[in-house]
Amino acid sequence: MTALETVGAVLAAGVQVALVVVGAPYLTGLMRQVRARLEGRAGAGVGQPVRDLRKLFRKEATRPEGTSVVFVAAPLILLASSVFLAAVVPFVSTVASVGGVSDLFAVVAILMLGTVALALAAIDTGTAFGGMGASREITIVALVEPTILLAIFALSVRVGSSDLTDIVAGTLAFPAQVLSPASLLAAVAFAVVIIAETGRLPVDNPSTHLELTMIHEAMVLEYSGRDLAMIELAASMRLALLLGLGVNLFAPWGVATSVAPLALLLGIVMLIVKVALVGVALAVFEVFMAKLRLFRVPELLAGSLLFALLAVAASYFLA
Amino acid sequence: MLRLLRTVLRVGRIALPAPAAPQTPQTPTAEPLPWSGSLQIRHVDSGSCNGCEIEIAAAFGPVYDVERYGVRLVPSPRHADALLVTGPVTRNMADPLRITYEATPAPKRVIALGDCARNCGVFAGAYGVQGPVSDIIPVDVEVPGCPPSPEAIVAALRGLTGR
Amino acid sequence: MTLIAFGLTVVAVGAVLGALAITLVPQRLRPLTSGVVTAGVGVGGVLAGIGGLMGAGSSGAAWTRVAPGLLPLGEARLSVDALSGVFLLLVGAVAIAAGVYGIGYTGDGPHHANPAGSRTSQATVPLFVASMIFVPASASVTTFLVVWELMALTSLVLVLTEHRLRPSVRDAGLWYAGMTHAGLVAIMTGFVVFAAGAGGESFDALRAGATHLSPAARSTVFILVFVGFGAKAGLVPLHVWLPRAHPEAPSHVSALMSAAMVSLGIYGLIRVDFDLLGGGPRWWGLLVLAIGAISALFGVLQASVSTDLKRLLAYSTTENVGLMAMGIGAAGVFAADGNRALAGVLIAAALLHALNHAAFKTVLFLGAGSVLRATGLRDLDSLGGLVRRMPLTAALFGVGALGAAALPPGNGFVSEWVLLQGLIHSISHGISAAPVVAVSIPIAVGVVALTAGLGVATFVKAFGVGFLAQPRSTAAATAVESPVSMRVGMGLAGATCVVLGIAPAVAGGALDRVLNVLAPVRDTAPLANSAVTLRLASIQGSMSPLLIAVGLALAALVVVGAVRRVGGIAPRRVVGVWANGNAERNARQELTATSFAEPLTRVFDDVLRPEHDINITPYAESSYLIESVTFRQRVPDRLEAAIYPPLLAAAETWGRWSRRMANGRVHRYLAYGFIGLLAALVVVAVTT
Repeated sequence: MTALETVGAVLAAGVQVALVVVGAPYLTGLMRQVRARLEGRAGAGVGQPVRDLRKLFRKEATRPEGTSVVFVAAPLILLASSVFLAAVVPFVSTVASVGGVSDLFAVVAILMLGTVALALAAIDTGTAFGGMGASREITIVALVEPTILLAIFALSVRVGSSDLTDIVAGTLAFPAQVLSPASLLAAVAFAVVIIAETGRLPVDNPSTHLELTMIHEAMVLEYSGRDLAMIELAASMRLALLLGLGVNLFAPWGVATSVAPLALLLGIVMLIVKVALVGVALAVFEVFMAKLRLFRVPELLAGSLLFALLAVAASYFLA
Repeated sequence: MLRLLRTVLRVGRIALPAPAAPQTPQTPTAEPLPWSGSLQIRHVDSGSCNGCEIEIAAAFGPVYDVERYGVRLVPSPRHADALLVTGPVTRNMADPLRITYEATPAPKRVIALGDCARNCGVFAGAYGVQGPVSDIIPVDVEVPGCPPSPEAIVAALRGLTGR
Repeated sequence: MTLIAFGLTVVAVGAVLGALAITLVPQRLRPLTSGVVTAGVGVGGVLAGIGGLMGAGSSGAAWTRVAPGLLPLGEARLSVDALSGVFLLLVGAVAIAAGVYGIGYTGDGPHHANPAGSRTSQATVPLFVASMIFVPASASVTTFLVVWELMALTSLVLVLTEHRLRPSVRDAGLWYAGMTHAGLVAIMTGFVVFAAGAGGESFDALRAGATHLSPAARSTVFILVFVGFGAKAGLVPLHVWLPRAHPEAPSHVSALMSAAMVSLGIYGLIRVDFDLLGGGPRWWGLLVLAIGAISALFGVLQASVSTDLKRLLAYSTTENVGLMAMGIGAAGVFAADGNRALAGVLIAAALLHALNHAAFKTVLFLGAGSVLRATGLRDLDSLGGLVRRMPLTAALFGVGALGAAALPPGNGFVSEWVLLQGLIHSISHGISAAPVVAVSIPIAVGVVALTAGLGVATFVKAFGVGFLAQPRSTAAATAVESPVSMRVGMGLAGATCVVLGIAPAVAGGALDRVLNVLAPVRDTAPLANSAVTLRLASIQGSMSPLLIAVGLALAALVVVGAVRRVGGIAPRRVVGVWANGNAERNARQELTATSFAEPLTRVFDDVLRPEHDINITPYAESSYLIESVTFRQRVPDRLEAAIYPPLLAAAETWGRWSRRMANGRVHRYLAYGFIGLLAALVVVAVTT
C-alpha cells in the first residue's frame, strides 16, 4: 500500500468513526421521537440522548465492592470494539478496510466479543440480576449465531468472498442481484438478527423497568457515570453499525470507492438517509409489537434460521 | 395491527401544549443541577397508597408528557440523578430507601412527592410508619398535595431540568 | 546426526533412563526430576518435529530408520515426514508445558501425600510422552500397533493414579481400558486387512499396494480404522470414556491426554485416509463429516450444561475434535469431486485447529489443575472469586477461554475462520450440485456456527462463574496462587495461544509442506501467501488477526484518551453493590453454573433431558413450615444412555450364555477340541 493510500484509508476511517460516534445518539433520539409521536406524545426531541450522554460524563463513576478489573474493563472493550468496527466496515467508503480486517465473519465475532465482555462484567457484580441478564444474553447470542453465519454464506456466494468490501463492490456492480430469492431471504433473516443482537422488541424491551423482563438492561444495572456513558454510547453505536451494515449489504448505493471529497460527502449523506429511513421503519415496527416471552424467543430465532437455510439453498439451486 | 394503525392516525398528538417555563425552581432551597435538559429519575415507593403513583403515571403519559422536558424513568438508582420518593417511609422501607440514596451517584437530588412524603400525611403516627422522607435522607424538592396534580409534578420536574 | 535422529534419540533415551532415574531418586527430588525428564522428552519431540517440517524435500520422508528384529513378528520401522513432524511438534510442546507444570503440581500438599507424586505415576509420565511421540514416527503396522498399545497402557496407569481417593477413578479406568482396547482391535483388524491386500506391512508398502485392494476391502479398512481412531479421538458415539477419564486423571496428565493424545487419533485418520489409502469415494467424507458434526454439537451442548470444570473441558475436547473431523470429512468430499484447492484449505483448517486446540486446551486443563490444587474443588457451583486470589491463573485461563470460545484475538477464531472459508466457497467453486452435497454443506456451516455460539456460552460460564464475583465456598475464599513451576507451565502454553492467535502465518508455511505429503491435496499450498494477513490461495479469502488485534488496541487507546478528556479522571468510588436494595449481601445470591445454563437447558430440553431432584424438608413441629429445599439437577449423557446399556446388557447375556458352554467338565472340552479339529480338516480338504 502506498503512502497516499494509507493516508486515504486513515482519513476514511476517521470520517466514519466521527460520523458513527456523533450520529448514533441522534439515531436513538430519532427512533424515540418517532415512537413518541406515534403514541401521541410530544417527545423529548432528537437530541435528548446527546444531552443524557453529556450529563453522564459529569456524574460520579462508582464501582461495586468485590468486583475485579473485568467490571472496569468491559465498557472499554465494548466501546473499543464498536469504534474499531465503525472504522473498518464500509459505511461511507470502502477504502478504510485494508488487509483483510473487514471480513464479515470477523465483524460478527468482534460484535460478540463486546457482548461477552459485558456479560462477564455482569457476572462479576455478583448479583442475581446481573448473572440472569448475562445468561439470557449469551443464550440468545449463541442461538442467533447459525442464522448470521448462514446469511453471510448466502451473501458470499454471489461474489465468491465473505469480505465486506467485495460484497459491497459486487452488489454495486450487479444491482439486480439484490432482488434474487437468496438475497431477499437473507435480508429477512438479517432483519431478525439485527433485532436480536441490538436487543429491540420483540426480543428485548430496552426501556423496561421490570428486572425479570430484562436482558440487556440487567447487565448494566450497576454502572454509573462515565462507564454508563460508554455503555450507552456503545449500545447506540452497535444499533447504528448493524443498521448501516444491513443497508450496505443489501442497498450499497452511495458508498464511495475512493477518497475524493465529493464521493465521501455523497457517501455520508446517503448513509445518513438510508440509516435514518431504516431506523424510522424499525421504530414504527416496534410500536405495533409486544415483547415475546423469553422462552418463545428461540422459536423466533429458529424461524430466522430457516430463512437463512432457504437463502443458502436458493443460492445453490438457483445460481 | 390495522386497527391500531387507524387509531394512531386518527388520534394524532394528544399532548397538551407546554405551559410557560417556571421562572424560579419549585422550592427555593433546591440548588440547580450543574447541567440542564436531562434528568433521570428513580422512583421509590416507600409505603405509598399508590395515589401519587397514578398521578406520576399521568404525568409521564401522553397528555402531560413530562418526557419532553428531558425527564426519564430509569430502573436503577445508579443510572439516576434524582430520587422520586412517594409515601410515608414505613419501617420496612427505611433501610432500602437509605441504600437507594447511597447507591445514587453524585450530584443527586431527592424529590418528596405528596403530603405523605413531606410529613406522613394521613398516616402520621401509624404503627408501621417510621417518619417523613426528610428523616431518612435529605430532601431537596417537595411537592405538596394528596395526591399532587400532574401539573404540579411536571412543574417540579421542570424546575430541576431547567427546560 | 540429523535433527530428527537427535530428537528421537533424546526422546527414547531420555524416557527410559529418566524413568529409571525417577524410580531411584529420593522422594523430595522426584517431582523436579520427573518434570525435567518430561520436559526434556518434550524438547526432543519438538526438535524432531521441526526437523520433519523443515527437512521434507518433495513428498518423500525426511528421515527413515529400520531396526530389523527389534520387535517380534516384524521389524521396527520409523519414518518422519512433514505430517509426522507437525504432530511431533504438537505432542512435544504440550509435554514441555505439562512437564514443567508437573514439578509443582505433583509435590505433596500441606496435609496429605499427593498420589500423583508416587514413583509409579512420576516414572510413567515420560514413558507416556515418549510413546505418544513415537506414534507419528512409526512407519510400519507392527511398530505402530506396539507403540499405540504402549501409549494406551501408560495412559491407563496414569488415569488410575488417584484410585485410592475416589471410586469414580476405578470406574473411569475400566471404561477407558475397555474402549481403548476395542479401538485397538478395530485398528489392528483394519491394518491387517490392508496389509494382506497390499502385500506388505510397512507404510510404504501399504501406500504402494493400496491400489491393489478391491473397493470393498478399501471401504472395510477405512471403516475399521475410522472406528478405532475415532474412539481414540473422542468422536461420538465412542466418546464416553473421555468425560470419565480426563477429569479423574491428574491435571497435567489430563492436559497431555486431551491436547496431545486425541490429536493422535486425528493423525491416524489423516494418515490412513489421505496418505495410505490415497483418498476415497465421497461417502467416506460424508460419513466423517456427519460424525464430526454430531460430535461437535453434542460435545459443546454437554459442556455448556456441565457444572464440573474438568468434565466441561473434556466435552469441549469432543467438540473440537468434531470440528477437526468436519474439516477432514468435507475435504474428503471435495477431493472426491476433484476440487483439490478446497480440500487443501479444509485439511489445513483441521491441522491448524489441532494445533490451536492443543494450545488452548493445555492452558485450560493446567488452569483447572491449579484451581483444583488450590481449592480441592472441581465443582463450578462452589468456586468463584478466584480472579483476586489467583490473578495469574485467572488471566491465563481467560486467554485459553478466549481461544476456546473462538473469538478474536484468540487462536480458535483463526482455524474456525479457515474452516468456514473452505465450506462457504463450495458453491462458487463449481462443486457438483449433487443434492447430498448441496444439503450437507449448509447444514455443516450451521453446525459450526451453533457450535461456536454454544462454545462462547460454555466458556463465559466457566470463566465467569468459576473465577469472577465472590467465592461461593470457604475453600474458594482461601485459595492461594500456584507455585512458580505451575505458573511457568501455564505461561508457556498461554504464550503459544497468543502467538498462534495473532501470527498464525508462522504455521502457514509448515502446513503447506504437510499437505504435500497427502496425495489428494498435494501442491495446493493454501496458506502460501500469508504473512500479516492470512491469505487463502486460489480462493478469495483474507483475514488479518494481527491487524484486528492492533486495531482493537488502537481503538481502546483512542477511547481511553477521549473518555479521560470528556469525563475526567476522577477515580471510581467503591460502593456497596446495589442488588435491588437488598440489605443482606452474601454469595448465595450469585448465579451458579446450573442457573447460568438454565435457558440453554430449556431450549435443548429434548436432547439433554435433565433429571431433577427436589427434596423438601419441613420442620418437625409442623409440616406446613418448610425448613429447607434441596434442588439437584443432573444432565446425564443421553447418547451413552441410549446406546451403551443395551450393548452392555447384550454382552453380559452372551457372557452368561457362553459360561454354560464351559461347565467345567473335561469331557465337554475334549469334545470341543475334537469337533474343532474335524472341522478344520474338512475345510482344508474342501478348499485344496
